[in-house]
Parts: sequence; C-alpha cells; structure tokens
Amino acid sequence: MTTATFEATTLTEAPSEKQPFSVGRALAWTFMIIVILVSLFPFYWMLRTALSSNNALYAGSHSILPVQFSWGGFQRVFGLQTGQKAIDAGGAGQPINFWRYLLNSVIVSTLVTVGQVFFSALAAYAFARLRWRHRDRVFMFFLVGLMIPAIFTFLPNFVLIKQLGLIDTVFGIALPTMLMSPFAVFFLRQFFMNISREVEEAALIDGASKVRVFFQLIVPMSAAPITTLAILTYIASWNDYFWPLMVSYTDKSRVLTVALGVFKSQTPQTGPDWSGLMAATLVAALPMLLLFSLAARKIVNSIGFSGIK
Amino acid sequence: MASDVAAPVVSTATGKPPGKARRRTDDTRLALMFIAPAFLGYCVFLLWPTIRGIYLSFTKFNLLTPPQWVGLDNYVRMIHDPIFWNAMRVTLYYVVLNIGFQTVLALVIAVMMQRLTRKTWLRGIVLTPYLVSNVVAAMIFIWILDYQLGFGNYILAHLGLGRIAFLSSDHWAIPTIAFINVWRNVGYTALLIFAGLQMIPETVYEAGRMDGASENKMFRHITIPLLRPILSLVLIITIVGSFQVFDTVAVATQGGPVNASRVLQFYIYDLAFGRFQFGYASALSVALLLVLLVVSLVQYRLSRADESDLD
Repeated sequence: MTTATFEATTLTEAPSEKQPFSVGRALAWTFMIIVILVSLFPFYWMLRTALSSNNALYAGSHSILPVQFSWGGFQRVFGLQTGQKAIDAGGAGQPINFWRYLLNSVIVSTLVTVGQVFFSALAAYAFARLRWRHRDRVFMFFLVGLMIPAIFTFLPNFVLIKQLGLIDTVFGIALPTMLMSPFAVFFLRQFFMNISREVEEAALIDGASKVRVFFQLIVPMSAAPITTLAILTYIASWNDYFWPLMVSYTDKSRVLTVALGVFKSQTPQTGPDWSGLMAATLVAALPMLLLFSLAARKIVNSIGFSGIK
Repeated sequence: MASDVAAPVVSTATGKPPGKARRRTDDTRLALMFIAPAFLGYCVFLLWPTIRGIYLSFTKFNLLTPPQWVGLDNYVRMIHDPIFWNAMRVTLYYVVLNIGFQTVLALVIAVMMQRLTRKTWLRGIVLTPYLVSNVVAAMIFIWILDYQLGFGNYILAHLGLGRIAFLSSDHWAIPTIAFINVWRNVGYTALLIFAGLQMIPETVYEAGRMDGASENKMFRHITIPLLRPILSLVLIITIVGSFQVFDTVAVATQGGPVNASRVLQFYIYDLAFGRFQFGYASALSVALLLVLLVVSLVQYRLSRADESDLD
C-alpha cells in the first residue's frame, strides 16, 4: 500500500535537487542542518562519554573528544571490572552482567516478533481470503481491539500472568503480545487483499491446498511488508519498558531497558559513574541502531498512512 | 495508539469490486484453525483484561486476597484525591507542551524535507532518535542536562545564562521531560506528516503557481487546508500516546521533585506496585481510558468534518 503510493509520487514528481540558489533555500538548509545536529549529537555524546575515564570527566566535562580514552565503562557494564577498581572509578562495585540482560532482551523480542507476526499473518489471511460465515463480523470484533490502549491492559494482565505463575520469566513478558496484535492483523490483511486473486486461483486449479497457497505463494509474495512489520515489532518490543518492569524482578528475566533503569538507580548519588552509565546506554541502544542501518530504507518508506507504527 | 491511522485505509482497500462469481467453497474449518491463536490472544490478553480492569476498579484488591466489591468507593476517593487532580494537571501540562512543540516542529521539518530533498538518508537521520527506547533517551539527557557536568549546562554557563537544574526543579521537570520526548518522537511525527504531504497532488500547486501565488500563500491556502485531515489523525495518535507518558518520568524523576512530575500513569504504577492498591489504581486507569476515549472521539469528529477537502 504505502510503498505503492511512494513509488507513484516519486515518479510523477522527481525531487528537484538542482534549484538556483536562494536565501530561502539557504535558510531552510540551515534549519535542516540544525535538526540533523540535534538529532545526532546526543548519540555522539553518549559514545564520547562511554569511551572516557570516569574520573577525568570532572575536569574535562566540555572536551569534544573522549577524555583519557578508556574501555573501563564497557568493562564495568560487562562485569569485567568489579570490586575496588570499579568503586574507584565511581561505579557501584557490584558485579553486573549486561550479557545476561542482552540475552533476555533478544529472547523476549524474538518470541514476540516471531509469534506475533506468524499468528497475525495466519489470521490476516483468514480475514482476507478464506470464505467462512461471520468473517466480517469477527473482523469488526478484532478492530475494536485497536481502540484499547495497551497500557490499560497492563494491570489486569499482570494479575493474569501472576495467576499463571509466569512472573519473573521471559515467557511471561512475551506472552501477552506473542499471539497477535490487532494492528499486525489489520496491516497484513491490507497487503493480502491486494495480491491478485488470479495467481492464487491458478495454484488452486493446479490442485494446491489453501494451506500450501498461503505458505508457498502468499507469504513469499508479501515478504517485503512482512519483513518491515517484523523489524518494527522487534524494535518496539526491544524498547518496551513499562510491561517488563512490572513482570521482571530479578536478573533471571530482566531485559536491557529495565536493567538500565536499575543500573541508574544503583549508581552513587554523588559522583555517579557516567562513563559506565553511558556505556550501558550504548549497549542497550546499539543493536536497534544497527538493525535500523540495515533496513533503513524499508522502515523509512513504510511510515505512512497504511498506519505503520 | 498508532494503529488508529490505519482506519481510513480500510475504505479504499475493501472498496474493491466484489469480483466475478467464484466457486462456492467453504473454508470454515481452515479459517477457524488459522484464526485460533490470534483469537485466543485477543480474548485472553486484550478483551478479557479490559473487562477485568473495569471490574477491578469497583473492588478493593491487594493481589494477595481475592478482590472485594466496594461499589463506587474508589471513584469517590478519586474525586477527593488531591494527588489525582494534581497528576491530571501535570499530565495535561505535559501533553500541551509535548504535543504543541512536537507538532509545530514536525510540520516544519516535513515541509522542509518536501521542498529540499526527498532523499531517504535525510528521513533516516531524522528518524534515528525514534529507534532508541524512552529509557535510553532519558539516560542520554540526564547526562547532557546534568547540573554540574552536563554539556548542555556547560553551554548555558558559557553563554552567561546560568546553570539550570533541569530535572530536579519544580518548574523545569515537566518541560524537560516534554523536550526529551519531543527529541525522540519528532522525527516519526514529521515522517507521518511528510507522507501526508505526498498525498497532495502536485497539480494543485501548479495551479497555484499559475495564479501567481507565493510559496507562503500556497503553504497557508493549499498545504494546511489539504493537510488538515491528516494532521488530525497525527494528533490523535500523538496525543493518545502522550497521555500515557511513563518511561521517561520513571527513569529521570520518579515523579519528583515532590509531585511536580507525578504524571497519571506514574501515580497509577506507584499505587499498584508501591502500595498494592490495585483496585484504586484500576479506577484511575479507567479515568485515563475515558480521557483518551474523549480525546479520540473529539479528534475523530474534527477529522471527519474535513474529509471532503481533498477530492
């Protein structure tokens, strides 16, 4: 849907890159450069601080380059530098291990993404192409779900997860969003409906079952939107904080966002370990930035009014 | 939330002609298998919790003993709870600041991108902050805005403006949180508006140019009116999201100083998990849900009224 609109518009009106110089354009570019700087500078500052020696930050708080380059921040984050040495550097001195949190984040995001996209795709196909009674009524029933803010379901879902005995497990964090999201169903249904019926019917005449048609025809033909949806679901799940904060209490299920909050609250109030904190922040942010750099074009072009989140 | 945008697309996609007569096949059995997992997820983790949340709001519940029906007690308490009203006020203040700045800035960025270059790299850069979590954004700015060592305060001091205790003063806590979230979300909002701009046919602008309209005039008399339905949609998504602010507050201020940044969602969390008053917390959640419903309805009415603009 969106990709189609985008191609159409870029074809009819190619961006005019070579326009004569004007004061207005110069001002506009100046504005955009400021926007770019404000968007990116905080990332640089995080990197620069993470690579500085914490104790040197006090004297060199405004140095543009890392102050006394050091891997200490990262070493404390991954539990390679503990005890007195870490305390001397301003750290908490307790062994922390971000590998564990990184692994938990990967497990939760993978469970959510694979489950949500797969089950939503199945449902979306049933709504888009299969013929059955009350189909449109059931779909309307699903659409109501779009209007319920997820945040409203958190407290009751917490009670439910507790009753299921899944508190403080990665599975408990993933479960509520693993089976579907109304949005994913809705989004994929749009794509499936736009696939030409002729192709599908040709396969059916050749004797393929509808299950085969779905897996061998519909899914490969919708690879692009499915990938985009999967990447965005992965990022959203990775960045989630509120729900995992409710469910996880210990290292066993703690994901990166929650760990970062805990790490921050444990750091000494006087003379906090800024280089350690920024190294941890970078560790939490980097995987998604890398993922984005791999699929930037897809993600950027998918944001439009087919309503990608 | 963001999924609200999806609504207008339905009409275009389902408006397909019904197609030629097809073989009458009935896929009921297969269809039931295909929707079963999603249907289960929908009922168990979305619909049932919603009903249960409303039910819990009429009970006294501490998680350990079964909920006790107390009728409207929680709602009566809410009406007399000064912290609730303060939270409501703080949240509204946040939403106004956050949405105000974000929308204006996003609109300007979108129009600039439309005019200057539509290259993907620029949109990619503008979107980058949106890819990190609220927690990461909060952490970065806690550091940059630190009173003693933060680079932001270094610049302020250097310019002779004096240092500001951004996150630990009553006056600055909410504006600072609003700013942090503008930084993270403005690119996403700008791209939504940008997509809306692409939907305005170039012929309208050509006609404007023929009539000798200036860029400024065209912006005011073509772009803004034609963009209005889309702006309304963008506002629904962003306002509904903005009311649910929690992460940044939880990481950066914990609602403080005192109650200066105790937004509704943080108060709800605190009641439920700090004091185990799940019943009362649920009542506040229902109040928030109602506020969001009203916001969506009002916005939806406004956007509906304008739908005929681009035809």
